[in-house]
Amino acid sequence: MEIKILGTDCSRCKALERVTNDTVKVMGLDASVSKVEDIMEIMKYGVMTTPALVVNGRVVLKGKVPSVNKLKDLLIKNQ
Amino acid sequence: MKEKVVAINRNMNGWFVPAILLPLWIIIYWNLKPLANFVIDDLFGLASGNHLTETVRFFIFEVPKVMLLLVLIIFGVGILRTYFTPEKTRTILEGKSLFTGNILASLLGIITPFCSCSAIPLFLGFVEAGVPLGVTFSFLIAAPMINEVALVLLIGLFGWKVAVIYVGTGLIIAILAGWILGKLGLEKFVADWVYNVKVGQSPELEVKTTFYDRINSGYDAVKDIVGKIWIYIIIGIAVGAGAHGYVPQDLMSNLLGKGNWYGVPLAILIGVPMYSNAAGIIPIVSVLIEKGVSLGTALAFMMSVIALSLPEIIILKKVLKWQLIATFVGIVTVGILIVGFVFNTIM
Repeated sequence: MEIKILGTDCSRCKALERVTNDTVKVMGLDASVSKVEDIMEIMKYGVMTTPALVVNGRVVLKGKVPSVNKLKDLLIKNQ
Repeated sequence: MKEKVVAINRNMNGWFVPAILLPLWIIIYWNLKPLANFVIDDLFGLASGNHLTETVRFFIFEVPKVMLLLVLIIFGVGILRTYFTPEKTRTILEGKSLFTGNILASLLGIITPFCSCSAIPLFLGFVEAGVPLGVTFSFLIAAPMINEVALVLLIGLFGWKVAVIYVGTGLIIAILAGWILGKLGLEKFVADWVYNVKVGQSPELEVKTTFYDRINSGYDAVKDIVGKIWIYIIIGIAVGAGAHGYVPQDLMSNLLGKGNWYGVPLAILIGVPMYSNAAGIIPIVSVLIEKGVSLGTALAFMMSVIALSLPEIIILKKVLKWQLIATFVGIVTVGILIVGFVFNTIM
């Protein structure tokens, strides 16, 4: 599973990165988590609110920082 | 206490919790005055009439009042906002003529979820979709300046009149500044790379938003926002209560009082480099007003802190050339100046 966090240096972007890493750890997922900070790259996904979460090339979350439990559900749905 | 209520709410489903809480809210809200009096006179047994008692009475009445208003309005706005995504706003604004577009953009700026950290992707998304530059600016001015938190705090601390004045003049500034910027035809001063950005269309998860989801967004908004700003509100009210009657007229009122023509420009000059959100700045504004700063000057100060700030200018520098930034800052500053002068004159 390939997970990307789209976002610049904002505090909510960092929060999403943290929650994502925690969730992946809790679920024991085999996933690569990376952060996309380049605005040109971010715009390729067509999002207008950051942070956003991309799972296997698909935007699953925009402008929100979910709880670990909510993110778990999201990741299960998108596996 | 508040946090606990929110935590319980989140575990329950759907409609019925708000349906029970709302009447409870109304009962408490309308009985706050007798409740506060009961606490002061009967529970604490404080002698009424002296200064300290009245200060405590004010505090005990105002804090729950503002908190209750805040929770209700943020909850409502949290639900409302699930209907207004930036994507929908963009679709509405595409191809609108200049003036109509500016009005719509300013109004939508109030209600569309917006965080200044998303200013760049939002700007790019709008411009790429063909939303006119001036219309985009109206949105970018209104979105941070006018929001539900500012509204509640202004109502709670200064009353309806001041809140309506703030929203009304804020809207006028956003509409006119955007319209003028549009008329000036400054598209060439947008950073060149902006026009080379390829805004992609990535497949998105199609999620049907249920009403339950919307209610939950309301709870989330309350938890998120109230959790962040409650301390500012308590400080703001404490200062308002404490300063009332105690603080002598001093240097502040001489400098920024009604009689001085340079009060407003001075307030803006101090305000622009500062950065704060509405919740952080309103306690300071309440101190200013207590210290004899006139309303127009205080409003101008608040607007300049929220609407114009160095961090925001630095963010915008990535997508705009300095000529455009200078024009933008200049026009908004003039707008705020006019608001300050007008209110110092008529109030």
